[in-house]
Amino acid sequence: MLEGLLGSLRQVGAMTLEIAEGIGAVLVFLVLTLRHSATSFRRFSLTIREMFYSGVMSLIIILVSGLFVGMVLGLQGYETLQTYGSAESVGTLVALSLTRELGPVVSALLFASRAGSAITAEIGLMKATEQLSAMEMMAINPIARVIGPRFWGGFLAMPLLSAMFTAMGVLGGYVIAVIVIGVDSGAFWSQMQGAVDVMHDVVNSMIKSAVFGLAVSAIATYQGYAAAPTAEGVSGATTRTVVSSSLAILALDLVLTAIMFKG
Amino acid sequence: MNRATLNLWVGIFVVAGFVAILFLTFKVGSISGANLGDSYKVTAHFDNIGGLKVKAPVKSSGVLVGRVSAIRFDTKKYDALVTMQLDRRIPFSTDTTASVLTSGILGEQYVGLDTGGESDNLKEGSEITHTQGALVLEKLIGQFFISKSQEAPDAGRK
Amino acid sequence: MAAPAAVEISHLHFRYGDRDVLRDINMRIPQGSIVAIMGQSGCGKTTLLRLIGGQLRPSQGELRVDGEDMCAIDEAALYRLRRRMGMLFQFGALFTDMTVFDNVAFQMREHTALAESLIRDLTLLKLQAVGLRGACDRMPGELSGGMARRAALARAIALDPRLMMYDEPFTGLDPISMGVIARLIRDLNQALGTTSIIVTHDVQESMRLVDYVFFVSAGVIVAQGTPDEIRASGLPYVHQFVWGEMDGPVPFHYPAPPIGALIGAAPATLPGAAAHA
Repeated sequence: MLEGLLGSLRQVGAMTLEIAEGIGAVLVFLVLTLRHSATSFRRFSLTIREMFYSGVMSLIIILVSGLFVGMVLGLQGYETLQTYGSAESVGTLVALSLTRELGPVVSALLFASRAGSAITAEIGLMKATEQLSAMEMMAINPIARVIGPRFWGGFLAMPLLSAMFTAMGVLGGYVIAVIVIGVDSGAFWSQMQGAVDVMHDVVNSMIKSAVFGLAVSAIATYQGYAAAPTAEGVSGATTRTVVSSSLAILALDLVLTAIMFKG
Repeated sequence: MNRATLNLWVGIFVVAGFVAILFLTFKVGSISGANLGDSYKVTAHFDNIGGLKVKAPVKSSGVLVGRVSAIRFDTKKYDALVTMQLDRRIPFSTDTTASVLTSGILGEQYVGLDTGGESDNLKEGSEITHTQGALVLEKLIGQFFISKSQEAPDAGRK
Repeated sequence: MAAPAAVEISHLHFRYGDRDVLRDINMRIPQGSIVAIMGQSGCGKTTLLRLIGGQLRPSQGELRVDGEDMCAIDEAALYRLRRRMGMLFQFGALFTDMTVFDNVAFQMREHTALAESLIRDLTLLKLQAVGLRGACDRMPGELSGGMARRAALARAIALDPRLMMYDEPFTGLDPISMGVIARLIRDLNQALGTTSIIVTHDVQESMRLVDYVFFVSAGVIVAQGTPDEIRASGLPYVHQFVWGEMDGPVPFHYPAPPIGALIGAAPATLPGAAAHA
């Protein structure tokens, strides 16, 4: 009994240490990436290329998911609000839930599994096939040339993707509430505008998605760079990117929400 | 993929992203006066503010004219001190009345302003002296019963 | 060996964790020579190459490459030094997201301010030298193993390095491709005076090519000499390696208990064996 308890305690301790070590390693790698970021901006075409692969390639899934999430919110919100006789507030409900929470969080989760895993797999494979070593031997720093542009491309793409997700969601809510159900269009927009504050909601939404973009890009590049140079190593790293990015997004969301919306 | 096509796609992506941000800023949300530079600050004491919160709207005749920027408890007068940011373009006289009102039956609370007849206007840092606090349901019901019980004997005599 | 040394190693140790990978290595590689480092897989040859390339730091001892002290070199100086080095990786390590042409032009674009038209001419010349000018628009994935190795060689020599390192250049190639790579290494050495270090376990091909051979086994240099000296060597390890004998100082069997005890030929010492008797 006591032995079992001690065993579980030891496991909890080991897990805590492991998580702390993981966070520390990502932060150290992030600082290293930031220190070698000059190349990403001096030769911005490198970063643009990565924005294409992480941003444009994620566009379809982000837009379609945004539309569906907005539609579901419209349907569910209408059902609930109707019983209180305030169906016009459905616009408010859709817009507030999207800007404050669902927009940044869901788009970041999708971004982590679509673009983050691709970044990890690509860097991991480059490492496994010695391309990073080869670059180093050509006197080109792989952190500056390979990691930097991928990090910045992802970081810059994320807030834009989140904004598009939220906008599509609001349009999805509009389609369901106004066009399908028949809520008054004027009331839908005016109630929404009355409740959504640009500084409080829209700007905070952008800040959240920028923080998530930073976390996902840092984790994805780190996992790729630290991957064991084997097939299992790369596939394991890809999985770890998705899992730890998702956890990081949700944990950061809790912290940011507590700071931003406590008033 | 060819360089020019790639640049074009990223260009479309960035423009679409900014269109989405503009849509969220101007169609979904509204910029509140409280955060803009062109506003002035006034204060008011209320005996009770009910459920009023920071960033709640300040309205006059139902039109948004400002926002509540701070609420704190005044330990000298033992009541609530509410600070509001009002739109610089809308002047209010010094004898304006401020009241804590509710939109709808269960809606959120806001500050309503009714301008008075004085020729001087409120300035940055002025205090609104005529105030009316929030109506509290329990007190309202209590008052109702008191007035009913006072009415009752008269009704019986008639 | 009167020429100045391109690489000079004395009493070098390298430890990885608590394992001694290399112990007390002494080497002098003169400029302009072709040297082979031979040994079994896992004996520390590639580690030695990475130490010379500055990707690893020695734990102890002295290592000078082109006059630079590799134990104390800072990052900027290391990157300057690497511009004078070229390395051919075992499987080519071509950048898979670029064409063969862009791979070869990569270093020129990164390190020089040459006009694009000049870079194009130089790149085509390098590709011509390895016989792949016609394949310049292919992606690395579309090349055979031998072609990929040649393309990688063209990329490694793009900036005319003074020191070339080859990591297992012959592994996994058919005899024709092997001959082509060997001839290219020799031509390069003669045309540009490049110092070449070849890490390999292919004895026959490299013996014909090199000026001097170092034999590494279990982290120490066990023999060295010119190819003729090596062939005539009486050392049992070298003899076994050069002639490819199955058993010798390097045992055929991975350490294990005697097989007789396991299959029942020996007296019953295993649990359960008594019951059958």
